[in-house]
Amino acid sequence: MATRLFASPSPHIHSADNTRRIMGDVVLALIPALAVSTYVLGLRVLFVTFVAVASCVLFEYFISRLFLKRKATIGDLSAVVTGVLLAFNLPVGIPWWIVVIGALVAIGIGKMTFGGLGCNPFNPALTGRIFLLIAYPVEMTDWTTGVPDALSGSTMLPAVKYHLTSLADVNFAHLFGGVMNGSMGEISAVALLVGGIYLLVRKVISWHIPVAVLGTMALFAFATAIGQGDLMWQLPLFHLMAGGAMLGAIFMATDYSTSPMTHKGMLIYGVGIGVITMVIRLWGAYPEGMSFAIFIMNAATPLINKYCRPKRFGTK
Amino acid sequence: MRMRTFPIGGIHPSDNKEWSKGQAIEVLDLPNEVYVPMIQHIGAPATPVVQKGDKVVTGQIIGQSMGFVSANIHSPISGVVTSVDAYPNGQGQRRMMVVIKREGDEWLEEIDRTTTLKRECSLSPEEIIAKIKNAGIVGLGGAQFPTHVKLTIPDGQKAEVLVINGVECEPYLTSDYRNMVERAEMALIGIEIIMRALQVQHAVIGIENNKPDAIEHINAIIARDNYRGIEVMPLKMRYPQGGEKQLIAAVTGRQVPPPPALPISVGAVVCNISSAIAVYEAVQKNKPLIERVVTITGKGMKSTHNFLTRFGTPLNVLLERAGGLPEGDVKLLNGGPMMGRSIVETSAPIIKGCSGITVLSGAEAARGKEIACIKCGRCVEACPMGLEPYLLSKVARLQKWDVAEEHNTVDCIECGCCSYSCPSNLPLLDYIRIGKQTVMTNIRARAAANKK
Repeated sequence: MATRLFASPSPHIHSADNTRRIMGDVVLALIPALAVSTYVLGLRVLFVTFVAVASCVLFEYFISRLFLKRKATIGDLSAVVTGVLLAFNLPVGIPWWIVVIGALVAIGIGKMTFGGLGCNPFNPALTGRIFLLIAYPVEMTDWTTGVPDALSGSTMLPAVKYHLTSLADVNFAHLFGGVMNGSMGEISAVALLVGGIYLLVRKVISWHIPVAVLGTMALFAFATAIGQGDLMWQLPLFHLMAGGAMLGAIFMATDYSTSPMTHKGMLIYGVGIGVITMVIRLWGAYPEGMSFAIFIMNAATPLINKYCRPKRFGTK
Repeated sequence: MRMRTFPIGGIHPSDNKEWSKGQAIEVLDLPNEVYVPMIQHIGAPATPVVQKGDKVVTGQIIGQSMGFVSANIHSPISGVVTSVDAYPNGQGQRRMMVVIKREGDEWLEEIDRTTTLKRECSLSPEEIIAKIKNAGIVGLGGAQFPTHVKLTIPDGQKAEVLVINGVECEPYLTSDYRNMVERAEMALIGIEIIMRALQVQHAVIGIENNKPDAIEHINAIIARDNYRGIEVMPLKMRYPQGGEKQLIAAVTGRQVPPPPALPISVGAVVCNISSAIAVYEAVQKNKPLIERVVTITGKGMKSTHNFLTRFGTPLNVLLERAGGLPEGDVKLLNGGPMMGRSIVETSAPIIKGCSGITVLSGAEAARGKEIACIKCGRCVEACPMGLEPYLLSKVARLQKWDVAEEHNTVDCIECGCCSYSCPSNLPLLDYIRIGKQTVMTNIRARAAANKK
């Protein structure tokens, strides 16, 4: 074999980082939550997740090939991430065909319409979830079907919101450890935290968005509790643990394409999500506001990017 | 104490210095033929002052600098000029070169070839700078900026600190390192002379903490020989710490304002450690810049070396000494893997700015398949100049030069941190370079139009 010289402009080496590895890390980070959820809610969790992932991947493949006439980009694993996140936002008893419709909206409308990976203004999984929430409100809030008896009944957020349960009676150990009702991915705050720490260690995400979201929610709840003169620590803790707070703050709000580029922008974005979530949770028509809050702040991301630019070297 | 470094951005590529750092400096055999380019510096090319058939001796001037920003070129060997014509450089571009066929080893008489160290210097700043100019010294870190220009402080400004670049943040390269552990005495005298030329009382040698023996060695000599005002500052390893602005910020905490401001606007003058050795030789030994230490390294090489090489020596000579190029796809670089330039012509000569030849395998230097930008922000985080590489690259692709200018594309130092860290393998810097060059041309054209 002879020597063959080849040339290009610098730099000539590259970090080991690539998009596929990043997406793979996100999937790995979601596995603890998936495991706890399967343990608590049963094997149907795996079925729903499989349907969501498979539909997302297939829709991306066919839309790329048939409509966009280009090579499918499913190898980057981003459709897998969307599938898992979509499943995590659904109740376990949801009919399978609704999952497929959700995947079609997530990938078809949420992602491919805008040009695919990196071009979507809104988080695709959230687009799917919000569509389903509005189109199938009954199925999307039916927490009983397919659930073991011990957990049947309403989830914590609406229970507390509509005074079905007193906050003083909430079992925080259950909320934290994983015996709470809700969407599949919201079962265990601790499993989501473990995944979040993994993503931080692998430098897939930075702390800015999750801390800004959760910190703002806690402060907001604390201020409200002071106003009411009661439940100083329970209210903030409850809001961090219940519903989609952890899933949203760690996995949904940190989606690269739909969140700001600079740390300063990330903080503003995170605070925005925290405030909107709490406003909806406390005074809005829905018991949960995380999805809408992220969606609204997704829309603000281009503007945040425009005004939160990095500090130019050599300027004050 | 927390070790200092530059304030924003940067990356941590594997330094790969272990391949060649243990190789002591070897004097490469005198080449039989040299191709000496008349441009080995930033600025105007030198004009050849010899003709075909002329006999020349080592150290004799063969190219006269043209204008202030330019540098003299000297004969690296003794012999006969066989041609003055255009020959290809490493990138295959034809450049004016003087070709000399070696005969014996005769030197210009005034050059002191003994190895005795000479520290006393009673020359005035002007005399020192004149000697540096005559010797054709340029920045040996790779930029090849004429040193006498750097040391001539513009009216109304004042140098406060001399920053010596011993960082060598480029992966693989070890020529500055070998100079620091083997020729530190010469470097320190050179630093003292530059301090005298600048009339400053304080010099700081920045060295990254991956070279603890160099730090220790220089500190020991400073203490032993009582060098006053010279201090070694260990820096936390991070690329591109050797960038002029990054180094000044790391060492002094001051940030040079955006272009066109120069380091002197914060009172700093930066000089490479190997250039300091060249200054010593020029001022104390009357020896012009005719040779330098060149690292030849790479994971696939049979042997690695740090060769003291005469300029104009064909690259082939060094490659042969190192056992030849490995088989298969190979990327040959003038410099290191982050900022080095691809070489396509192996007969091209070694020049003043060549601190090393890095040989990368096809796999090591392969560019991954480009996919869409996922807006992860890694390039923004990595940029040491506080720019938005994803944006600058995109607008250059779309030829929106005004947007590129508005987002300060001219600040880019082309360090490559953005392309290195992009998980989508986008050639960010390729496009940013095009944008930067176009914007700079536009700015110059506007300035020229305004003058009229």
